[in-house]
Amino acid sequence: MKKLLFLAVFMLATAVTYAGGYRVSLQGQRALAMGHTGVAVVNSAELGFFNPAGLVYLENKINISVGGFGVFSDVVYQNEQTGDVARTNSPVGTPLYLYASYKVTDWLTAGLSVYTPYGSSVEWEDDWAGSHLVNNIDLAAIYIQPLLSFKLNQYFSVGGGPIYVTGSVNFNRNLNRTLSDIDGNRSEVTVDASGVSNWGWSASAMFSPADNLRIGFNYRSEIILEAKDGEADFENIPNSPATPFADTRFDAELPLPAELTVGLSYEFCDKWLFAFDYNMTFWSVYKSLDIDFANPSIPDSKNLRMYEDSSVYRFGLQYETNDMFTLRAGYYFDESPVQEGFFAPETPRNDSNNFTAGLSVNVNDHFAIDASFLYSRFKEVNASYDSYLENGQAVPFGGTYKSSAFVPGIGITYKL
Amino acid sequence: MKNYIKYLPFLALGVISCEPELDKPVDEAGFYSNGETDFSNYVALGNSLTAGYADGALYLTGQENSYPNIMAQQFAKVQEIQSFTQPLVNDNAGGLLLAGNQITNNRRVLAFGTDGAPAPRIYTGMQPTTDITNVLSGPFSNMGVPGAKSFHLITPNYGDISGVPVGSANPYFVRFASTPSSTVLADAAAQNPTFFSVFIGNNDILSFATSGGVGVDQTGNLDPSTYGPNDITDPQVFASAYSTIVSTMVGTGADGALVNIPNVTSIPFFTTVPNNALVLDAATAANLTGFFQAVAGIFAQGAIQQGLDAATAQAVAAQYALTFSAGPNRFLIDVPVSQTNPLGFRQMTEEELLVLTIDQAALAQGYGSVVLTPEVMQVLGLLQTGGQPTPEQAQLVLAAVSGVDDKDALDKDELTAISTAQASYNATIKALAQANGLAFVDVKVTLDQVANGGIPYDAGMLTSQFVTGGAFSLDGVHPTPRGYALVANTIIDAINATYNSTVPKVNIGAYGTVTLSNDVQ
Repeated sequence: MKKLLFLAVFMLATAVTYAGGYRVSLQGQRALAMGHTGVAVVNSAELGFFNPAGLVYLENKINISVGGFGVFSDVVYQNEQTGDVARTNSPVGTPLYLYASYKVTDWLTAGLSVYTPYGSSVEWEDDWAGSHLVNNIDLAAIYIQPLLSFKLNQYFSVGGGPIYVTGSVNFNRNLNRTLSDIDGNRSEVTVDASGVSNWGWSASAMFSPADNLRIGFNYRSEIILEAKDGEADFENIPNSPATPFADTRFDAELPLPAELTVGLSYEFCDKWLFAFDYNMTFWSVYKSLDIDFANPSIPDSKNLRMYEDSSVYRFGLQYETNDMFTLRAGYYFDESPVQEGFFAPETPRNDSNNFTAGLSVNVNDHFAIDASFLYSRFKEVNASYDSYLENGQAVPFGGTYKSSAFVPGIGITYKL
Repeated sequence: MKNYIKYLPFLALGVISCEPELDKPVDEAGFYSNGETDFSNYVALGNSLTAGYADGALYLTGQENSYPNIMAQQFAKVQEIQSFTQPLVNDNAGGLLLAGNQITNNRRVLAFGTDGAPAPRIYTGMQPTTDITNVLSGPFSNMGVPGAKSFHLITPNYGDISGVPVGSANPYFVRFASTPSSTVLADAAAQNPTFFSVFIGNNDILSFATSGGVGVDQTGNLDPSTYGPNDITDPQVFASAYSTIVSTMVGTGADGALVNIPNVTSIPFFTTVPNNALVLDAATAANLTGFFQAVAGIFAQGAIQQGLDAATAQAVAAQYALTFSAGPNRFLIDVPVSQTNPLGFRQMTEEELLVLTIDQAALAQGYGSVVLTPEVMQVLGLLQTGGQPTPEQAQLVLAAVSGVDDKDALDKDELTAISTAQASYNATIKALAQANGLAFVDVKVTLDQVANGGIPYDAGMLTSQFVTGGAFSLDGVHPTPRGYALVANTIIDAINATYNSTVPKVNIGAYGTVTLSNDVQ
């Protein structure tokens, strides 16, 4: 009973798991329920994302985890000086994952992972006060990764594999704060690129110095999505030689930054497991979003981002109530990579406290249903983006923002 | 307990709202205050400035950016308000039709010529479709009537279509007058507003000014029915009309704001073509100086021949011996022929103004100075060699002087008449605001600042510079949306100060300026 109270208190006290920038930390039900920890947790095929080196420790020959989430995330903006208010009406995001592993020999496991660690879907009201920065954006990237996991000895294993990424981006904003056609329709541009692909890799290690203690390390490389010949569609452009915005093609680069994770898990009192992960996301690669239009008479669009590397601190707890139920809870603190003065409403995220919980229902020896939820609690923030230029002069766009994210998820675990 | 714990996540779900909520949402009641007044039913009285007229026409996006509409949008952030209605025209072309015949021009747009130079041109990208025979059913919160003078707001039949061809009625008011015989004021008061604004009187001096002063200063004539369209309204007539407007509106129980009359002569219509734009090279300057020496000589000789004593003749003639130098020189203007100025022209003084609509091609060819034809040059050559011109030749020289016409310039006397009337009107407005406890809006001071250095905003400086300054539209008289936003902010400031309200102001940088289009002929 004491233990249950402890868990209940932990679940209520812990809050939040969502990531800064356009990192979407939703790579498994069991991990998310424990604050998205997992680099040192040997539990399911979710290791295919969190630490491929651990796959070789899974007891069963075949392990499959598959699932998805519904991301309900919105942002409200207001400016007290003008009374302007805007709310996003973002579509529900549905990040999915699939992990499979197959034990080839006692010391070698092969695996395949499909996951979506980066993405963003933000939809402001058209022509809102910040429409010169963004009206809406939809960014998606699917990672596909074959894996190998080697047990070097009973204490140490390594794993990893190449990553194939295919991504797409669709971004719409008004050309500036005031330009419109003769009927007052605001001039806007939509850039769209899909099927943008590239390669990367991840490598990991797991160290198990004692029966109840594991230490994990995972590194996923940076991958730059290089959009070539995307479509740039200009709308509501005045018929004037001063506004030569004909539809054209564009090149742009969007970095999917590298991420380093170290962590540990500790089993105690028989049925309890504690996990801690530390993530460092190398966001400093994202200096600027530059859109290079093919038409030379259209000025290129340079949008400073100047992100900083950011840390996430994750804590998770698991309790096996009985053969049927396993309960989980977690908390993480997610540091925003956005520096002061670079708060762009296309990824309006500040530091967040994230609270998670979830459970597994073991239907039988082979099959379990996993559920989780995440509530991200963002502090209200007064922030601005100061690098927007008009007539060569910086025109800050700022106000008070508050984000919220609520993410229920469900998945299944199969083992044979 | 074990059985219940699995429901914990869903319990938590129940207490968590998906929508982010700010601590102090500005869109919740109580964030902003209406203070001691009530904006729930706002009615605006005025002229073209109130209607949202710009670029020489009334068109849809101009109306959307009228200062009363901007203010109403801000009032709506403070309290629940009735929908602010405007007598919207049909299109963004802007011209008016009377039974299918176009009676006012389309709007102007900024077009780029083949040489790449921008210039305001009449927009021809679509046909005007607003026919004043289609009378809208009101009432309308925005009672701004382009062209209206103070007394027009209390003049019956100002919205009677039969008076449009003869100029006794206003085509804009015809579109939305409740009945042809009603007055603007009656239609406004009938709405029982809780709040009103009055911005009227500009045209009582402006039409005189933009006509170059061809109208009459009617000061002393108390019967406005005898006034021509370009006359200056007698200050007593103004005061009488204005106090009727104010007392009628206050009589409905409404609070309000009275806006004074900005300087009409600091608008781009008068400041764009400088009076010293006669730019000469040294040779031409010398030619002109020589020319006017000849004029003075010819005049003196003629005067003496007609019996004037030599000393007087020389003294009168001396005013015509104008000298010119390389670089900018002031133009000449025509003035009434008088005993002291028998030739009826002189050089402009520093404060005198030229209108935006002056024929600049003509200026380049001698309008405002001298049309130096070969024949004239021949006479000058003769004079320089000491020759004696024939009377015909002398007449040729005098006729070559081409002063700027009255309609293209505001001279000293006209400027004085304007500023005298303006000062009187503004004293009336201020006194009526004070007497009735209404907000007094000194938009004159604001627009003076725009004209003298500019008003800073988040992306630069808002100035009166034509086309590029951002404050004034392409007619050189009416503001752009950004200029109207500035007017709205100025009025909101005065309202907040008077009624202890906290209506938020707009960011004028978010409002546009001139409209680009090459859909011109």
